[in-house]
Amino acid sequence: MLVASIEPVGAVALVAALLIVLALVFYLVSTILQLRKITAGLDTVIGSVSEIVQKSAPVADVVNSINGQLDAGVDLLEGLLVQKAGMQDALGLVEGLYAGSAAAGFRSFPESGTTTAPRIGEVYTKGTLTLARLGREAPIAMANPAGPVLRNVEGGSLAARSLYPEVRQTRPDALPRSPVIGTDAPVQYEQRDDIGAPRRRLPGKRA
Amino acid sequence: MTTLWWIADIVLLVAVIPVVLYLLHGVLSAAKSIVPSVERIASAAAAGSKDLDATALLLTTQDQVAKTVAGVAEYGGSLDVIIDDAS
Repeated sequence: MLVASIEPVGAVALVAALLIVLALVFYLVSTILQLRKITAGLDTVIGSVSEIVQKSAPVADVVNSINGQLDAGVDLLEGLLVQKAGMQDALGLVEGLYAGSAAAGFRSFPESGTTTAPRIGEVYTKGTLTLARLGREAPIAMANPAGPVLRNVEGGSLAARSLYPEVRQTRPDALPRSPVIGTDAPVQYEQRDDIGAPRRRLPGKRA
Repeated sequence: MTTLWWIADIVLLVAVIPVVLYLLHGVLSAAKSIVPSVERIASAAAAGSKDLDATALLLTTQDQVAKTVAGVAEYGGSLDVIIDDAS
């Protein structure tokens, strides 16, 4: 009865308003569902980020501590090198091992930045260069940096023998006998009475 | 008067409803596009948290560095005694 009494123009307006309401309901409910998914995802993110913050909290202190200790070590070695070799020779040695580092100089010695590093071959003996090259295999050869390495790779172990006291290198006929142990050993030691005996005081108790 | 009502109905059907639908669809699309991004962020954060499990080893590194520097200092002291100064 009521619908029949509505004029066509009013019915169209009513249908249009109904369509708008339906669209609002559909889209807003869909948006709410998506926002709930976003909230759940952000909760997961917050949990993981909290773990990251917790795990990375002590990193700065530990790394600063490590850097401080390494700085102390570097200062110590630089100071020792400069004290023993002198500023110029120390720069030359460092430049030979790490090309280009002499320009930066030593951290604890500001004057090292203006000191001219000498050619390493003019300062150090062949033995020093050989040792440095064996350790770093750096191109600090005396004549030509592109020359062959000084270490004999195939016979390296035999060459290293010469660094130790001469015992087996020359393959002697007889070597000193190993010490004899046991009850019939020529050298006998007195047996200590306290070994195997009960303890006089238990650990953890003050006398 | 009836003509004005018809004009209003036409405007409502032709202009207002499409605009409302367009705006609501845009909001829903934006909300939907956020979800995969949040999921990727969550997975990345979880992976980052797992990567940081190794930070506990920094304490071992710190201890080893301290021992190494102490050893170097002892060697330096010995070298200081053994080798003459340059000047």
